[in-house]
Amino acid sequence: MAEANTAAAASEYKAVIGLEVHAELATDSKIYCGCSTTFGGEENSHVCPGCLGMPGTLPLLNRKAVEYCVKAGLALNCKINPFSRQDRKHYFYPDLPKGFQVSQLDLPVCQNGWLEIKSGDGVKRVGINRIHIEEDAGKLIHGAADTKIDCNRGATGLIEIVSEPDMSSPEDVYAYMEALREILLYTGVSNCKMEEGSLRCDINISIHKDGEPYGVRTEMKNLNSLSAAKAATAYEIKRQEKVLREGGVLFQATLRWDDDKGLNYVMRVKEHADEYYYFPEPDIMPIVVTPEEIRLIRDTLPEMPKARRERYRERYGLSEYDAGILTVNKALSDLFDQAAGAGAPAKTCANLIMGDVARLLGEKGLPPEQAPFDGSALAELANLVGEGAISSSAASKVTEMLFEPVYAGKSPKAIVEEMDLGQVSDESALREMCRQVVADNPKIAADYRGGKKQAISALVGQVMKASQGKANPGMVNRLLQELLQP
Amino acid sequence: MNETQKQELASLSLAGVAALLEKREVSSGEVTGLMLERIRESKNNAYICVNDGEDGGALKAAAEADSRRREGKSLGPLDGVPMALKDDFCIRGMKTTCASRTLENFIPPYTATVAEKLESAGAILLGKLNMDEFSAGNATDTSIFGATRNPRKPEHVAGGSSGGSAAAVAEDTAYFAIGTDAGGAVRQPAAFCGVVGMKPTYGRVSRYGFVHYASSFDQAGPLSKTVEDCALALSAIAGFDPRDACSLHDPVPDYHAGLRGAEEFKSFRIGIPKEYMGSQIRDDVRQNLTELAARLQDAGALVEECSLPNAKYASSAHYVISSAEFNSNMARYDGVKFGYRAKGYESYEDMLLRTRGEGFGDEVKRRILFGIYSLSGGRFNDYYLQAQKARTMIIEDYRQAFCRYDLLLTPAAPVTAWPLGTAFPDPAQAYMMDMCAVPANLAGIPAISVPWGADKAGLPMGVQVMAPALCDDLVLHAARGIEELREVRAHG
Repeated sequence: MAEANTAAAASEYKAVIGLEVHAELATDSKIYCGCSTTFGGEENSHVCPGCLGMPGTLPLLNRKAVEYCVKAGLALNCKINPFSRQDRKHYFYPDLPKGFQVSQLDLPVCQNGWLEIKSGDGVKRVGINRIHIEEDAGKLIHGAADTKIDCNRGATGLIEIVSEPDMSSPEDVYAYMEALREILLYTGVSNCKMEEGSLRCDINISIHKDGEPYGVRTEMKNLNSLSAAKAATAYEIKRQEKVLREGGVLFQATLRWDDDKGLNYVMRVKEHADEYYYFPEPDIMPIVVTPEEIRLIRDTLPEMPKARRERYRERYGLSEYDAGILTVNKALSDLFDQAAGAGAPAKTCANLIMGDVARLLGEKGLPPEQAPFDGSALAELANLVGEGAISSSAASKVTEMLFEPVYAGKSPKAIVEEMDLGQVSDESALREMCRQVVADNPKIAADYRGGKKQAISALVGQVMKASQGKANPGMVNRLLQELLQP
Repeated sequence: MNETQKQELASLSLAGVAALLEKREVSSGEVTGLMLERIRESKNNAYICVNDGEDGGALKAAAEADSRRREGKSLGPLDGVPMALKDDFCIRGMKTTCASRTLENFIPPYTATVAEKLESAGAILLGKLNMDEFSAGNATDTSIFGATRNPRKPEHVAGGSSGGSAAAVAEDTAYFAIGTDAGGAVRQPAAFCGVVGMKPTYGRVSRYGFVHYASSFDQAGPLSKTVEDCALALSAIAGFDPRDACSLHDPVPDYHAGLRGAEEFKSFRIGIPKEYMGSQIRDDVRQNLTELAARLQDAGALVEECSLPNAKYASSAHYVISSAEFNSNMARYDGVKFGYRAKGYESYEDMLLRTRGEGFGDEVKRRILFGIYSLSGGRFNDYYLQAQKARTMIIEDYRQAFCRYDLLLTPAAPVTAWPLGTAFPDPAQAYMMDMCAVPANLAGIPAISVPWGADKAGLPMGVQVMAPALCDDLVLHAARGIEELREVRAHG
């Protein structure tokens, strides 16, 4: 990142970047028929005459898609059009059964919003030109001898979020995509599974010298990861700079990014504006969104990640780093809110979530929404740690047990009792253990007495081991210091 | 039954045959068998396919209707009545060709709402009816199965695009038929063949499951021998359908039970727009309407000339918007998933070009090309947008006219059926033959064509009655009244 910044600073060119992001809506059914939107499944098993474009069938707009679009619009500070319309966009492609895609041309659901992103040390606002709803196409499966078509994804609802050309670096692109993904996840508008293609972007880039008019724009299609979007942007800026430096001419072109090779290809050079023969979709009535509907949808908007991070810092005194990690995922962040909101020590809750809980979710392959316990269990656990009733290593063990089916529904307290993980804070018993360890390790004891103060941690470790992790480490430390006093 | 009895039975109206079925003086099996026999003997080419497949088809359905009647479990007036559908209505497991090579072997896995409603009313499907290819035409002469002949004069066209539907009713091979009308495609062939044809209010009848020509104009409507039959059929197919987003929620009156006739004329104010009485209307057609106007006045109606100032834009606006929508609706025929696919292609693009090149006829291609032209970047503002503005102005014309008049009256078509094989020197000229019919599609209002008069050669003429949106019942009252005046004239 530092390197790229330096390169950008050294360049005499300024990049102007705008993004078109396609997000698949998290609706259960497709946008114009009742077919399932579940990812995968046997080819062409989630299809009907309607989404296969058979003659005589008619589209029925899934109102949930409009609701989700409005939700995204509100979260991105957009104006919601009370009256919008769908249009047919025509082109021939084997994965587009009707020969046209139903989209929105000049009256989208949402317009004129903005999104704040991190940029350098500060923040910047990226304008949102519009958000509209449209349908996805099917998928081509290229074989050795032929190409097959899977229409399962066809007619799944999408929103297209078109930014203003307000970005100027690969880092901006990354930060924008990251912030956008966060918002779409928080609002539940899209599951943003980039590996399933449910969030992808087209990147428009041009460069120019300060004070000169904007340069020729290229468009890179279908970037489907944050890192690919960043790398592709960096590559394309450099490519355009090289062409201009060498006295070449840039063409308006559509490019494809090859993430494996780390370079892009020209798909086609655009001589004319694309011709899609748009006209208003006559089979669907105009979309009307009332102020009452907007109010109801606004009421369902969750607190956005940025606001959450601020609250975590202010109310719970978490570091920016901790607040950032916790809010990456809404389910984990919700878990924290439930636990800390119940009065458990916030930092301990945060450590448990960022440490053991995140690790175990990863190991079990569970999405955070499916963590097998709730915030109140986590609060109980954090309180046990806070009260000194159990050690942090015992807390790890309890967390592990919370993931085990045999302990399903059991409270952390019950697990601590059942497994006898309670912390030993009985001073006389601990003193006896410490005495034994000092006697067994004369060399380390001598080192400490000789001034090597850090040697004490080895002894604490031995006591903890002897106590099977149940000794109160604070007390052990104090007792050892007392015993080792010359 | 002897031949005379057969002929009498076949020429009954829907209401007439329903009464016999109700009294069990005739069985559905008998009338269905009779219709199938007549279909086989007919030389008018009204039918594309007949429902006599291995599953028993129409005769099996008729036997079921008869046993319902025997058990006193009749489904209503349509139970056991044989009828037919234009071949753009999808029926699960049955070929739906749209008279095109593209869909020649297309068997849909779903059924149109209209067909479902008729089935649940007990109507017997005799088969699927000829039409212009994908409804692109107004003479049923662009069908890959050949032109339909006009049963009144077999060397003449039946009109179109629902020409097979009009011919089947006129030749007594169906007691009624359902066609689709995006620009007169039910009313104009009805007029040409001397039967009743109605385009209901846009959204009154579900569009689900019939192959769309121009989505913002398409309406399914009945073709029948009498206005009463039309009311019976409309009652069976009208109503809200959750599968069609443009379908109307308004409750459906019982069009048949509520049907009134000439007595209503005393309270009717009728406007005759002068724009549809000008030089583009053939003299005899104009005189025919003038004569009717006099009779309506005699019957107590207030009849006045009125004006729809933007009428001159109607045909162009309709052609531009409907072609744009048609082009779009036709984009799905790429050879990838269903329908015709060319052979010997070298790439996807090659397959696409050949499939569409070979699969579509000239008129379909012409309208696709015009549609795409009017939507292209450089033309959109001059064509599509202008046409939509004109459409709004025309809607406003009608709104204002209906402030002063309950009904508007025009010829159903500017001419009578032309001879088969007539080549219009300019496609736009052929298109002008729909000039009287298209405004109702632009405005979304109900319109009916009812037979009144004939030309010197004996070819029937139709008159068109229009009313404000959702006043489908009013249109039927007036049409029934005109029918009564016709009966009086015939016997007086």
